[in-house]
This record gives sequence, structure tokens and C-alpha cells, in this order.
Amino acid sequence: MGFQNTETKNSGNIHFGMRIERKATVPEVHYKITLCDGTSCIRKQSKQIHQILDQELRKRNLKEVVSVHLSGCLGMCAKGPILIINPGYVMYGNITEADIPEIVESHLVHDTPVARLMVEENHLYNRFFRIFGDVDFFGKQMRITLRNCGIIDPENIDDYLSVRGYEALAKVLTDMKPEQVVSEVKKSGLRGRGGAGFPTGMKWEFTAKQPAGEKYVICNADEGDPGAFMDRSAIEGDPHTVLEGMIIGGYAVGSSRGVVYIRAEYPLAIKRLEKAIAAAREHGFLGQNILGSNFSFDIEIRLGAGAFVCGEETALIHSIEGSRGMPRPRPPFPAVSGLFGRPTLINNVETWANIPVIILDGGEWFSGIGTQGSKGTKVFALAGKVRNTGLVEVPMGTTLREIVFDIGGGIPNGRKFKAVQTGGPSGGCLPEPYLDTPIDYESLAKAGSIMGSGGMIVIDEDSCMVNIARFFIEFTQSESCGKCAPCREGTRRMLEILTRITEGKGCPEDIDKLERLGAMIKKSSLCGLGQSAPNPILSTIKNFREEYEEHVNQKKCRAGVCAAMLSYTINDNCVGCGACKRACPVNAIDGTRKEKHHIDPNKCIKCGQCYSVCKFSAVAKA
Amino acid sequence: MVEMAQEKMDELRTFIAACMQKEYSDSYLIAVLHKAQELFGYLPVEVMDEVAQRMNIPTAHLWGVATFYHYFNLKPIGKYVISVCLGTACYVKGATEVLEAIKRELGVEIGQTTADNLFTLHEARCLGACGIAPVIMINDKIYGELDAKKVVALINQYRKTAQVA
Amino acid sequence: MDKKITIYINSKEYKVSPNQTIMQAADHLGFHIPRLCYHPKLSIEGACRVCIVEVEGMRNFVASCAYPVSDGMKIHTNTQELRRARRDIVELLVDNHPMDCHTCERDGNCELQRLASSMGIRARHFVGQRKQYGRDLSGQAVIRDPDKCILCGRCVRMCSEIQQVHNLTQAHRGFDTVVMPAYNMPMAESVCTACGQCINVCPTAAFLEKNYTQELFEKLNDPNLIKVAQFAPSVRAAIGEAFGLEAGHNMEGQLVAALRKLGFNYVFDTQFSADLTIMEEATEFLERIQNKGKLPMITSCSSAWMKCMEQFYPDLIENISTCKSPMSMQSALAKTFFAQKIGVDPKKIFSVAAMCCTAKKYEAARPELDVEGMRATDIVVTTREIAWMIKSAGIDFLNIEPETQDHPIGMSSGAGVIFGTTGGVMEASIRTAYELYTGQTLVDIEVESIRGLKGIKEGKVVMDGQEIRVAVAHGLGNACKLLDVVRKDPGRYHFVEIMGCPGGCVGGGGQPYAGVNSIPLDEDALMKRAEALYSIDRAKTIRRSYDNPDIQKLYKEYLQRPGSPIAHKLLHTHYKQKFPQGIIPKEALK
Repeated sequence: MGFQNTETKNSGNIHFGMRIERKATVPEVHYKITLCDGTSCIRKQSKQIHQILDQELRKRNLKEVVSVHLSGCLGMCAKGPILIINPGYVMYGNITEADIPEIVESHLVHDTPVARLMVEENHLYNRFFRIFGDVDFFGKQMRITLRNCGIIDPENIDDYLSVRGYEALAKVLTDMKPEQVVSEVKKSGLRGRGGAGFPTGMKWEFTAKQPAGEKYVICNADEGDPGAFMDRSAIEGDPHTVLEGMIIGGYAVGSSRGVVYIRAEYPLAIKRLEKAIAAAREHGFLGQNILGSNFSFDIEIRLGAGAFVCGEETALIHSIEGSRGMPRPRPPFPAVSGLFGRPTLINNVETWANIPVIILDGGEWFSGIGTQGSKGTKVFALAGKVRNTGLVEVPMGTTLREIVFDIGGGIPNGRKFKAVQTGGPSGGCLPEPYLDTPIDYESLAKAGSIMGSGGMIVIDEDSCMVNIARFFIEFTQSESCGKCAPCREGTRRMLEILTRITEGKGCPEDIDKLERLGAMIKKSSLCGLGQSAPNPILSTIKNFREEYEEHVNQKKCRAGVCAAMLSYTINDNCVGCGACKRACPVNAIDGTRKEKHHIDPNKCIKCGQCYSVCKFSAVAKA
Repeated sequence: MVEMAQEKMDELRTFIAACMQKEYSDSYLIAVLHKAQELFGYLPVEVMDEVAQRMNIPTAHLWGVATFYHYFNLKPIGKYVISVCLGTACYVKGATEVLEAIKRELGVEIGQTTADNLFTLHEARCLGACGIAPVIMINDKIYGELDAKKVVALINQYRKTAQVA
Repeated sequence: MDKKITIYINSKEYKVSPNQTIMQAADHLGFHIPRLCYHPKLSIEGACRVCIVEVEGMRNFVASCAYPVSDGMKIHTNTQELRRARRDIVELLVDNHPMDCHTCERDGNCELQRLASSMGIRARHFVGQRKQYGRDLSGQAVIRDPDKCILCGRCVRMCSEIQQVHNLTQAHRGFDTVVMPAYNMPMAESVCTACGQCINVCPTAAFLEKNYTQELFEKLNDPNLIKVAQFAPSVRAAIGEAFGLEAGHNMEGQLVAALRKLGFNYVFDTQFSADLTIMEEATEFLERIQNKGKLPMITSCSSAWMKCMEQFYPDLIENISTCKSPMSMQSALAKTFFAQKIGVDPKKIFSVAAMCCTAKKYEAARPELDVEGMRATDIVVTTREIAWMIKSAGIDFLNIEPETQDHPIGMSSGAGVIFGTTGGVMEASIRTAYELYTGQTLVDIEVESIRGLKGIKEGKVVMDGQEIRVAVAHGLGNACKLLDVVRKDPGRYHFVEIMGCPGGCVGGGGQPYAGVNSIPLDEDALMKRAEALYSIDRAKTIRRSYDNPDIQKLYKEYLQRPGSPIAHKLLHTHYKQKFPQGIIPKEALK
């Protein structure tokens, strides 16, 4: 695998006679600090840390020799705020304002890294990106989409240029005919990263083959799965890659207009995108006669307004057109009749971000990564009951086990692994036997889940599978656009049935009803939202049927999650201290001092206060 | 107050006029609604009427769009959203008295916003803080062990903070 | 001719034309795939999923209304899995429906009911929460019952695509989606023109006309009142369908007899005042031509169009003929001329109109149409309502002995008959205007170019060397298109006829519901209704309004001449701009 090709190259910005100008050269510095400026770190006060850092550097006259970069999400949100000091690739995590003077004094002045703040486990070496090779979390990862995230300052186009930014565009404009670009993308085997996994090259070809005239290129940045933030991080960390991909796409299919449709809930990403577009225009990467060629292309940003279904391409188009974001039947496909009735190429953020690399290093190189049917890498937002949470980019074919246990570091608190949920509300829950499933479109589908846009939630034995299924259907149900009957009515009925089951009011037929409704909704719904909404339920019924049956037949929730099925009792450990009695908000506990207390099950509202205040493990939950 | 509204309206008109210059001007409806909400905090009916007329978009279409997207508020939302927990524990411990006290103090019913746009009152299902019932949540903060008197004091505290800011 | 392709339906091979949907191909081959949101005149929604079929090689079912056929396609329309899926989908719709069929106005005439029956839904598996919004009874003509709505979207598409009134939208989303006017405002305050086309296309009872049948029965039993009836031309051409007849039967005589049996003392005919309208309108038109008045003159018979004009085209008010609609002329005469003639207190006259129209209910309530302080038309009922009343009263409509209308305001010429179809008013006016202008009789009186269901039709006649250019539009959407032309080029036409409903009054919002396996506003049915009217016209010996002896008598005895001061007082009206919620006065926008 030709990894060396993608390593940072600072020379050779002149590509086939086309010069990409760089504005300033970076001054000689001793240390380069990268501070994660992703949304999650900002919430954890990274802005204040930046300020304090600036003050400290000023105080010690280090401003000249230490450069500070803000980067997009580094993907280690669990350990944020993150700060990296180069050379040495020392990564600090969970830092606070108070830690800054110490880091500056010790590391920058005395060249002694502060051990207690360092993110540990420095044994794996990633030759793909040495810079991230120090930490196990990044060990099995392979960064293509996120290759620049954390390395460059996303608000500085020169930084992007220094990592071969816009070189792919220059190559395309000077050296390649549009058909060649399409065939390179086809050769790469890249498939859509938005969820369905449609071969990207074919999509490009369809659009390119439409009669010339007004055509559109759209970047779908309406990321909406709960817990997923791959696209946000990619845009926040490296907006130019996405833009470059789109411009190349425009050239390939004969379009001069691009639109990024991004959720209004991502203000930072929007800001960076706006900045990047302005800078790209200034540098002649966008606008009339790009880089002196006769190809013109410009990009405009359109905001969503809080509708998950707008991630579906026809709904997204309606939303850009200023209408209710409701899907329509296909055909015609957007490639034939899309935005404003014109041929339209829609890809999601991650797909676009792969394009420049494919052009630079070739479709063949790209197709060498991954599995037979699924090429390249995939970014996942790893969350849930796992030690390391954050963004993970791995080559296709990596197993779920590798992600959960090697990269994710396994389940915390000594709990047992129960399942991993992929594909967000459209995906399924896979239990232990599926852990060695390689991650690719076909294998995941065969296992009863989907790749989806890349959410990955780890579930341990403390979670109730019925409750989890209920959570996901509650989400899709509330995001159903309401157009087609199976999704609008059917998901509501599924939610009602699941609610009934979790409240201990289910009956055995309810499980059959869920399966029957689920199968119908999957096959009959108008769009992907409805067609995949039953997946979390169907897969949990398939893999955890016994939990459903326990809920229904024995009114028992083995994970102790479904409150209605819990009962609290006081056992012989009770010393009669009275703490539980005082804590009970509904006076359900009775007992004299220094004697064993009792809970009146008729009064108890199962709030669990007694359980948490008892110091003698005398309150039992079952 | 009226003048400010006028100024905001003018800003919106300028924004709409700019959108109308562009191709496929209808497609800027969502952008215009974003702008209107940014200016007014929500989408007042008079504003929607004017947007529809100026953009030459049927009012019903605009209404369909405004109600489809969760981002748009159709009623004013106060600076502080008070959610009163009416779960069993809170109910037993006097949540209704707390709720009545808030209603009296603010002069609003559930779902409404005070005239000064400071408070919006909601009811909530169990907030999971039964141990300190009755509780209310103001924006993201939870306050427990309240009674009618304490809650009024709490509201006054927020009023003061708002004045300072 | 397209090259035929081969498809397989349920494993049988068929040759079909390409460029059509699976549903279209199946229809021709005798497979009626069940359907709900589909309507041939409206855009494809693909929402109800009732018309799903299985296509081999496709992962999911496809909506046959939207999916095109292709060569070699293997389609299955009736597998067990499909049957079950369709059944479950329809059950889901039923589960979110009041299921009060016995007390519902569309009992026995409801597409959902029929579908549930044909799907074999004999038990309900998925009962749960049901929507409960309550009815909006504010409108004078159209009432809205969102609880019965199954969100097929036909009304919304009708209102915006065909009528271009854009009063209705789907609001909110998901399970909470509701069809409503902007801001969920009452229909009475909205831009609704009361055309009633939403009622026509609704598969259930989510839209209905405001029902006056009980009130009318009460009045018919009041011995102190003199009950006079009139009925519109196209009621006779369509009412038979409510009794199971094919479209296109003229039931005029039966209707007159039935109205008498219901208790009306006098049965007149709106066609009489249609003749009168022609006299007044043709006179007004010639006056405008001769005195260089505002042109083009635009007809004013259609009540939905009048409301539409007052809110969307106020700049054209001066172009609108000042003539009242035939219904209102008829009622005005009933309470003046006729009352005088039979020597009773006009207050005792109770004037009822049976109309193909829902908007006429709205028109009847317009205060400016009052005559001497009295409401001119006391009650308007639709074709559907009058048909129900006839059934309810136990009248054997189909076998009844036909009767004729009463004098002095019940007889009509052929010109009055064809008012009921698009182009009819124009054609009738031309017949009279030609005679009044040239002093000669127009020999070739059937004006083909303005007949038929083309959305906008143009024609011309030469009168004494002057070319008169006319245009005709039916359906408010076509009207808007035509009027935009008029706005840009006011000199293009002299005379414009506008009818608010598709096909004119024959396609009115109050006409009988489509029967089993037929489509609301089916073009064939509209054409047959129109043809019924044209055949009545052809059969008449008197085919020009001014030849109607009762009309001549009326002018002689009472109105003096067309356009006289008394004619103006009784037969003409005025219009003014309206500002329903959502329409802001131009000045306020500056």
C-alpha cells in the first residue's frame, strides 16, 4: 500500500505549470502546539485554555518561537480538551486552565513533558500518519478522510496548501478530462459514505452523462444520527478537503454550481466553511476560470432547520428549494432530475473528503485499501460503554472487535460487553458472536445491521435491549416526515407497543406484531428513513429475543432499566439508620429506628433514591 | 420597543430584497425564516405574512415550511425556560403549589411566555431528581426542594441577573 | 408509435408501451391495483403506499403509481406478502381514523371504507393513539374535519396545483401532520374560495360542504312559507349519478317532480335567470364596446372565482361584469317580481337554490346581494345534499313521472342550459350579443373552439366587421394563467369567461361523489355531463336567450329593458378587494 504518497509534502506545489500561491511562509519555530478546537472541546473550555496559553507564552517571551494552531476535532472527545506539542508528538488530555502554566514552564522552557497530563500508551507506531502514532487510540486507525484534521489550522488556507491542498484540483484541471476523473473515481471503488453505500463513480457517471446545461453538485452535511459527528468534525477540521472534492466533482460532471447543505445546529462548522469558501475564492480555487482554466464553479451554503429526514437526498433537495423536506419517489433520480429539476450529484461530506486523495494517489491505490466490495476507510463516532470514545477512522475490513476492544479500549468498570449498535437509528444491534464481523457494507448488512453514516454505540450488560430499541424508534418516529403511511403510522404503533412492553404491559403477541409491522415498514416505506427505521427493533428481537420474552412473560428487565418492572426491597443488611426513609419522596418506607425498614410496593414510585442513599447495600433492586 | 421592531423589520426587508434578486428566489425561504428568527427570536404571524407577500410565496406554503422544521419557533421563547416537574414524587411533594406560584408570579399559563420575553413556562415529566422533589429546571439547571415562597425568590433572582446583563 | 416492450405481470407475459408507470400499464391490462393518494390530474405523491407491487430484483416494494415499466420487468401484484403489507397499511390508516362510519356523511361513499373492505380487514391489530383535532365549522361552504384525514394530500395538491388558491398545506410533521390553512386559521378567515374541489377529491370526509338539509326539511314543513326552488343547469346533468346512473343522464323533469314532492310550492329554474344574465351581460358588454368602457369584460357567474378575484386580482375589479350570478338574479326576482305577481308578502317567500356548487353557499351570504333588506337566497344545497334529501324523503327518483318548471320565471332557452359547462356562458352571450349588435341572427350558433376541456380556449366572432376576441378558462389555476396574460396585455381579448371549477359547473364542488372504481373529476364523466347539457340545448326550439318568451315578458312587465335602472337595482352588484389573513394591503407593504 502506497502510504508514503500521502505523507505531508511541503515541496512541489507547482503542478503541471499551474502555480498555487502560498501567502506566507511559516517562521522558524521551536515548538508547534495544536489545540483541539472541535465543538466538544470548546464546550470543555478550550477557548479559555487558548487565552491562558497565549498569556503564558507572552509572559515568558515565547510567542516568537512557539506557534499555536487551532485544529478541528481530533476525535478524542472523551479526553478533551486535547493539546498536542510537536516535535515529540506529546499529547495532553483532560487539561484545565490551571495546567497551562505548568505545561508551558516544564515542557516549553525546560523541555520536560508533564507526565501526569499525557495521554498514555505510547507504543504503537502509525506510519501512515506518524504524528498520531503515539497513542493506542489511533493505532489501528488509518486516516484518509480525517488526514488533515488536527494537523492543519482549518481556518488557514495556507496550512491546507502545505499538505498538498488543491493539488488534486490542479491536476484534474490540467491533466485530466472529465471522463478520466469519473473513471478514476469508479476505479477507486469508493461507495457513498452517507449510509446506502451506492458506488460513487456510478453516481458521477449518471450525472455526467446527462445532457450539458445547468447541473448541480451538492454536499450533504445534514448529519443527524444521535451521537454521530463525523461530518461535523471533518468540516470543522478540514473544510478545504470537502470543497476541493466538490470542485473536482463539478468539473467531472459538468456543473458550475455547488451547494453545501448543512444543519443549522453546527455553527462552528458553518463558520469555518464560510471562511474556507471565501479563502478559496480569493485564491482562485472557486469562481470564474479556476486556476486559469476555462472551468468555473462556485459554492453556496444552505442551512437546514432541524429535520433529520433532510439527510435523504430528495428531501434535502426539497429543503434547498425552500419547501418541506419530504422525500419523493424515485425515479427520477437526482442525477436526472434533482435540484430545481436539473441533474444533480449529491454526496455526503465523508465521500467528498475522499476525492482529493483518490485523484492524487489514484483510484488504484485507493482500491488497495479495504475489502473486496468496500474500499477505503470509514469514520465512526465511537460512543457508549467504551473506554475511548471519539472519532475512529479505520480501513474497511477492520473487525468490530478491533474497534471496540483495541481502539476503544474495551468496556469500562469491568462490565460485560453485550452488543454494538452500528448505523444509528437506521442500524441494528450486533451481539458477541458478530464481533469478528469485518466492517464492510455487505458483511454488516448480512449480520442484520448497516454501515449507515457511522454511528457506533457500545452497549454493556447494564443496558436493556428493549429500551434501546425503544429509544431509536422514538427518534425515527419523531423525525418521520409524515408523508408515507407505513412510516408515519407504523413507527408510531411500534413505539406504542415497545412502550407498552417496557412498562410491563406487553403481551406475547406484541413481539409478533413488532416483527410484522417492522417487515412491512421496511419493504413498503417511501424513503430510506422508513425503510430502515425498524432495523434496531428487528435486530434486537432477532439477537435478544429472550429479553423481549422476559419483559412480556415474566415482566422482568434483566438489566434493571425498565423502572416499571423493578421492585425495591430492603434486605437483612438494614441497620435501621433511617436514611432511606428520609430520602423517600413519597413516604413509601416505614420502620422504627435501628430496626429493619420496609418498602410499601404500592406507594413506591421506583425513583431509586433509597438505593442510592443506603450505605449498607440493604436496598435491593430486582 | 416599536422602533426596534421597525428597525428589525427593515433589516429583514433588505435581506428579502437581496434574496429576491437571486435566481430561484423561492428557494431562499428557509434562509429568510432563519433571518427572521434571528431578529425576532421566533416567527410572529405578521412577520410570516410579510415574508410570504414579499417573496410571492403562498402563506400556506410558508406555514407548512415553518411548522415542518423544528428549528423554527412559532411562539416567543423566553430567555429562561422554566420546566416544572410534575412526576409522581414532585406531585406528592407539592409540585402543583409550586406551579401555581410560578403562574401567579409570572402571569402566564403553561406553554406561554411572559410579556418581557424573559420566562417561558413548561411542564415536564420526571426529571430524574426525585430525591430533591419538588424540582424545576430553568434552562439546564435543576433546582430542588422548592416551595411557593422559594420559587418566587428564585424567579426574582433570575430577573435581577437579566437586568444586570 | 413507441416500440412495445415486454413485461410480466404475475408471471404472464404482456407487450406494453414504454414510458408509462406500472399502474398505467396494469390498468390497461385489466389489473386494478388498489390506490389511494393517486389522482391522474395531480402530481404523483407516492405517499399512501397502497399501490405497492413487487418487482423482481428490487429489495423493496415499489409504488406502482410512480415506477416506470421497463423491458423484461417482472411484476407481481398479488403475492401473499404484498396482500398482507397492503392490508396492514390500510389498517394503519383505519387505526388512526374515528371509525364512526355509521354517523359519517360519507358512509357508503368513502374510499377508505371500500379499501378496508376489499383488503379484508376484519380485525384490528395495531390500535393505539388516534388524532383528535376537532372540526372547523367556520366556513360558510366548506368544513374541515382533520380527524378523518388520512393525509393522502389530494386536497392540498388540488388546491395548489389545479386551483392555485394555495389555501391548504400539510403543517407540522410525522404523526402530527395536519392539513390546514396557514396558521391553522379558520376556513372562514382564510383565502379559501369555497370552490369545494377539496371535497371532490377527498377520499374520506375530511372536507365536506356545510350541510343545510335538516334546516331545509324544517322550512319545507312550515306551512306559512311559500317555498320556491331553483336548480342549476348542471345539477340535472349529474344528479342521476347519485342514484346509480352513468354520467350524462338529463334528469331535469324528474328533479322538478322530486322538488315538488319534497314540498316546494314553485319550482323554477336557474336556467331562466341564466337567460336573463345573458341579456344583461350582453348589453353591458356592448355598452363597454360602444362607449370604450373597461375591457376585457370578465364574467361574474362563478362564486369561487369572485372570491378569488377579490383577494388575488383586485386590480381587475373594473373588468368584472356587474351582473349578479344567475342564482342571485333568480332569487332577487322571486322576492320581488314573483311575489308581486302572486300577491304575497315577499318575506313569506323562502328561496332555495340547488346548486352543483359549494361556493354558492358563500355567495348567498354576501350582504351586498340582499334585496330590499331581505336575504335573496335563503338556503343553498348542493347536488349531493338534494340527492340525499330525495332519498331520505323516500322519493323514487328514477321512476318518477317527469314534470315541467313553473312560469313565470322557470322556462329557459338552450342558451341558458349550456351555462353549466365551460365555454357555455361565452357561447350563449355571443348568440345574443351578435343579434343585439348586428340586428341579425347568428346562424352557426355552436361555437366549437370554446367547447371542450382544454384549460384555456380562445375564439373570435366578427360582428359587423369588428373582430371580437374571446377567451375561456375553467379551474382557478387556468384562470390565473389567463388573467396573468390579461394583466400583461389588456387589449388581447374583449370578453373573458371564467369558471372556478374544472370543466365549469358540471365539475362543481357540490356534485355527486365518484362511484366505485371511478375517479373524482374523471374527464369522461365531465364530458358526459357537458354533453347532456349540449343535447338539451340542441333539442330546444328556442336556443337564444332573447327568444325566451318569459324573458321578453319579464322585461315588458317589470324590468323595462336590459340595463334599465330597475334591472340594475335587482340584477347587478359590485365587488371590492378582500383581505383574508395572509393578504396584506399593498400600501402596508411599502
